[in-house]
Amino acid sequence: MAEILVPGKPLAVNPLKVSQPMGATLALLGVDQSMPLQHGAQGCTAFAKVFFTRHFREPVPLQTTAMDQVVTVMGADDNVVEALRAISASDNRPEVIGLMTTGLSETQGADILRSIKAFRAAHPEFIDVSIVPITTPDTLGCLESGYARALESLIDVLVPESAVAGFRARQVNVLLSAMLTPGDVDAIRELIEAFGLHPIMLPDLGRAMDGHLDEQGFHVLNIGGVSRVEIATMGKSVATLAVGPSIYGAADLLKTRTGVPDHRFAGLMGLEACDAFVQVLAEISGNDVPLAIERQRLQLLDAMVDTHFVVGSGRVAVAGDPDQLGMLVGFLRSVGSAVVAAVASARADSLAELPVAQVVVGDLEDLEDAAKAGDAQLLVGNSHCEQSASRLGMALLRTGFPQYDWYGGYARQWVGYKGSRQTLFDLANLYASQRREVAPHRSLYWAGTSRQQEVCGPDGIH
Amino acid sequence: MNQNDIQALLDEPACAHNHKGKTGCAKPKPGATQGGCAFDGAQIALLPIADAAHIVHGPIGCAGSSWDARGTRSSGPTLYRMGMTTDLSEVDVIMGRGEKKLMHAIKRAVDRYSPAAVFLYTTCVPALHGDDVEAVARTAEKHWGVPVVPVDCAGFYGSKSLGNRIGGDTLYRRVIGTREPAPAVPHPAGIRTHDINLIGEYNIVGEFWHVAPLFDRLGLRILCTLSGDARFQEVQTMHRAEANIVVCSKAMLNVARNLKDDYGTPWFEGSFYGIEDTSKALRDFAAILGDTDLSARTEALIAEEEAKALAALVPWRQRLQGRRALIFSGGVKSWSIVSALQDLGMTVVATGTEKSTEEDRARIRELMGPDAVMIDDNDQATLMRTCREQDIDILFAGGRYLYPALKSFIPFLDINHERDFAYAGYGGLVELAQQITLAVENPIWQQIRKPAPWRRLRVAAGKRVA
Repeated sequence: MAEILVPGKPLAVNPLKVSQPMGATLALLGVDQSMPLQHGAQGCTAFAKVFFTRHFREPVPLQTTAMDQVVTVMGADDNVVEALRAISASDNRPEVIGLMTTGLSETQGADILRSIKAFRAAHPEFIDVSIVPITTPDTLGCLESGYARALESLIDVLVPESAVAGFRARQVNVLLSAMLTPGDVDAIRELIEAFGLHPIMLPDLGRAMDGHLDEQGFHVLNIGGVSRVEIATMGKSVATLAVGPSIYGAADLLKTRTGVPDHRFAGLMGLEACDAFVQVLAEISGNDVPLAIERQRLQLLDAMVDTHFVVGSGRVAVAGDPDQLGMLVGFLRSVGSAVVAAVASARADSLAELPVAQVVVGDLEDLEDAAKAGDAQLLVGNSHCEQSASRLGMALLRTGFPQYDWYGGYARQWVGYKGSRQTLFDLANLYASQRREVAPHRSLYWAGTSRQQEVCGPDGIH
Repeated sequence: MNQNDIQALLDEPACAHNHKGKTGCAKPKPGATQGGCAFDGAQIALLPIADAAHIVHGPIGCAGSSWDARGTRSSGPTLYRMGMTTDLSEVDVIMGRGEKKLMHAIKRAVDRYSPAAVFLYTTCVPALHGDDVEAVARTAEKHWGVPVVPVDCAGFYGSKSLGNRIGGDTLYRRVIGTREPAPAVPHPAGIRTHDINLIGEYNIVGEFWHVAPLFDRLGLRILCTLSGDARFQEVQTMHRAEANIVVCSKAMLNVARNLKDDYGTPWFEGSFYGIEDTSKALRDFAAILGDTDLSARTEALIAEEEAKALAALVPWRQRLQGRRALIFSGGVKSWSIVSALQDLGMTVVATGTEKSTEEDRARIRELMGPDAVMIDDNDQATLMRTCREQDIDILFAGGRYLYPALKSFIPFLDINHERDFAYAGYGGLVELAQQITLAVENPIWQQIRKPAPWRRLRVAAGKRVA
């Protein structure tokens, strides 16, 4: 439906796009006892660490193969083997190492599969460490696609081929796109559990990056996400729920490998999307929809009605990775807002389906131009959009990565009846703050009178 | 205020409600009454005098829940938006400290906010208690050299409408005629200037600013708008206008009638809703002023503005053609909005006539045909039922019908004082068209009217719906 525009600009200004290795790193943060390892120069990793630390306000475990100029030319395979050994031999041996490539190692022509073989041959004592190779050149894709590739690799390495689908009649697999916050993941879990089902969330950022303080204190590994053991049982589940078009590839792989039937959802915002999801849960579980969820649905209906005056006349410009853009644009259109600009960080097949005339694959400069041209009142995007919003005098709803100037962005729930409702309230409040009224008319007959000198303010006469 | 004074205000001779053997506004019925009190009405009438301090003399119930709730806008001072009240306590009432507290309250408002004037609103408790607010006002005015105007508007005197009239009457007796207007600056186009007033125009969400520029262009100097974006000094000069328009409200007719009786100022009723009414109001000014040059210029301006508005309406008219509307707003609005909606190509299936006069009804029949459905009952449940029976696309009514309508899944547009959008004048009709379109075409309606999928399936399977 949408026309995809790729402005042939020689210069990206205020980039929206975040690299694929960042996305793969994010996915690994939702796997228990894991360590992401970037095969690249140490800077790639340092930036990534700071980026996620600021966003989540949490320590972020992340390692690097630390390629230097010599090994970049002469071959860096030894660095990979050494990095895998060092991480495995540490006091905190991870269960899973996510070994991901970067632009540097891909350009160099690194063959990480061969390096892993070399490591296995040299260090059989570390056979209990699973190594997940992930191909994520940052010359391609964006955070979301890198994350999706990590999911495919995790399934490829950790889910054995099997034909026992439905062996666990109450267990469902949930594949979650990068657009879902830890708050979303927890909300989806609660929704599924309300039907008496037991979800395995891949990855489980809700149990890992939800921002909690516990007795374990600081840990060098990533703790709390979905475990390797749980992932290995995904073949026994009764169904797979895949949320976000970017991870449909991972869903394909899981289905091929296990035969577990799947249900796919582009997003879980808005009445119809939530209804579809809840309906599937009712079918899988055979349970009635719990009253508490019916109630949330009715609350969303009321919020739709209460906010429709201001949300239905609102004009918004949205920027994000393709899944996120798709979910937000679909939601905004469903509640009547005019999406005057939709900017995606990277190409994706799903973009063509968006209910807007055009999607620009570009940067925040493109967003700023389009928002201005389209007379938007509100920007929806990451914290970097703040600059544009203040230049344009528009409101900003923060979403996506990074949110460094905002507390609790990671905890926010966007999805489900509840998340949709809160988002509606926030949209309505932001639009209302931008309401433009009729400009005061100053009469020509006021010339020379006290009204000519009036200033707008609480004091009577000045 | 004694009963005779109240009755005199209710028996306003210029009000069409007082003809045909009927006198005064209907008395409120206990247990079946909606709408505000006299204090509310007086405050509505006077609050848009933006450079004045408005002090509500009473316990917190009066100002506490009503301050800064009006949609009226000012181009300058915003003092009128500051809620001020004596916040009378139990001890104040028992010990009779109300007057003293009021005196201090006025001093504080004058010292801190230098208002152009102070309005004192008497509410039920001090009225019952017997505070001499008038004496306090006199003393305070003498002490502090700022006009202090007591407004005797205890809520129990009667309805909001009566309160409007008390507000107008207070101004007429105490403020209007106490200052001469400055000579008008010559119009840049060299045309003759006429001085006029608008009475009963509240500049809700600044909507009068859609119309005000037209007055400048025609050489009509607005001495005062009573009251919207008004200043105290302007109210003082209202007696010098050459003509008055009473806009969309019977409530302040007494001001226009008094100005006619005492100063010979001609007046007429009009409205700025819809193309037809706006043009008519401008024409009526030219006619009543008897200036043929003005008439010619008015016709030229109307032709230009109507053409511009009609062109801007084309895309909206296409989308609204044949949409069914029900209007529930009494009085002048029961027909003035009808014509505005018909301008947009909509079908008006019924209109509310609770507060309409015989004359209003005649206008409705003229516009909607002899079979026009008129709804006299202001019961919310009945109205919702009528809406469903008439299969309407949208309901137009005041704010108190908003949530009942939405709860009944009926698209709604607020046309009373709580509204968020400026509908007056030629530009306002375009705004109205856009808002109606957004309301009826909003995609939420079809989503919320569909039952949840699991309920649809159960119905299909013939099971009981939980």
